[in-house]
Amino acid sequence: MWEYLTDPFNWSGNEGIWARIVQHLWYTFAALGLSVVIALPIGLRIGHTRRGAFLAINLGNAARALPSLGLLMIAVLLTDQIGFLPVLIALVALGIPPILASTYAGLSGVDPATIDAARGMGMTGREILTKVEIPIGLPLIISGVRSATLQIVSTATIAALVSLGGLGRYVVDGLKLRDFPQMFTGALLVALLALLLDAVFALIGRITVSPGLKIG
Amino acid sequence: MSWIGDNLGLIWEQLREHLYLAILPVILGLIISVPLGYVATRYAWLANPLIAFGGILYSLPSIALFIVIPAVLGTKVLSTVNIIVALTIYTVSLLIRNVIDGLRSVPPDVRQSAIAVGYGALHRVVAVDLPIAVPVIFTGLRVVTVANISMVSVGAVIGIGGLGELFTLGFQKDFLTPVVVGVVLSLALALIADVILVTLQRILTPWARVATPVAEVA
Repeated sequence: MWEYLTDPFNWSGNEGIWARIVQHLWYTFAALGLSVVIALPIGLRIGHTRRGAFLAINLGNAARALPSLGLLMIAVLLTDQIGFLPVLIALVALGIPPILASTYAGLSGVDPATIDAARGMGMTGREILTKVEIPIGLPLIISGVRSATLQIVSTATIAALVSLGGLGRYVVDGLKLRDFPQMFTGALLVALLALLLDAVFALIGRITVSPGLKIG
Repeated sequence: MSWIGDNLGLIWEQLREHLYLAILPVILGLIISVPLGYVATRYAWLANPLIAFGGILYSLPSIALFIVIPAVLGTKVLSTVNIIVALTIYTVSLLIRNVIDGLRSVPPDVRQSAIAVGYGALHRVVAVDLPIAVPVIFTGLRVVTVANISMVSVGAVIGIGGLGELFTLGFQKDFLTPVVVGVVLSLALALIADVILVTLQRILTPWARVATPVAEVA
């Protein structure tokens, strides 16, 4: 495995390790961005109005049971094409539930007395959402985005099964060629990427969370 | 639809393999995490590092573990042992936090009462501490069981995946039915397993009359 990793030839070029990492990150962030754009407003709305909580909670639980590989295959067969679109659909479908559920959980965990106090101070609904509920719910919202990211980054590996690039190529090609060092390389890089992204989100959480919430 | 009828044997076999690959790690993981969690509550300095390490392990992609484990253990890449070990690692890394939290949730006066009426250490843990920790442990057990059932199918990428093999089969033949059958059965397994765990928890904690299952966000 070290031979594979330390050979500069394997790192450069269109099919080199760097290119694969960039592809992998591109799938991940495209899907993550789209998931956030879809799930965050819905989660905020449910959390703010407290209507539709049933949906938010159960969607989050049910999504954990959803086999990602099956989802991807269904997306491929239903869109009747191989490539970026079905992969994006499958990854977004995996990304939405954790973000939606934790955004709702973050907002619904805000003490009603705090919201009453904000209303008593004359804040409008929008101000309560942006100045009270979102800052207080932020740690949970970020942890939802974090688990969505982990889901997506691991599942993006499977994208190689449907002829896309990314780090999964090493796994799939390596398996086909019985080239195990290549498989290990792919697996190791995906794991490192996941740990790195996880650390980034931990850092974002630490930076963005209001200092008032950290006391105690 | 006729595909289902023609392939009942195959579907049944994959379903059984799926169940075995998902549930055995839960049992093994529980057997490992309970004593480990107990040790971590006795030696409190161990608890936080253990939980943090578990968090790191849990964030590793399953496909990566399925492949790296044979390199570490020396098993064959296509051996079911890899899946079982990988999922056991996930189970322990998630469950350890719940076991520690659960054991910590035992009120000190309850523990002292148990000591006062003459319970020995082991007897106390089994008869007092663990029953009180059951709800917290079961919260983790439910999460990890459902997650394991969905994760087994990823093994199909490396050729061992229970129902996941129906996914690759459908993909190779450009045929939706096996994939849908696999997804539906996988969801059904998760649902049934969850119901069984909730029921088991109620049986184990008869004193919790109003047992409302807690919705958890991972």
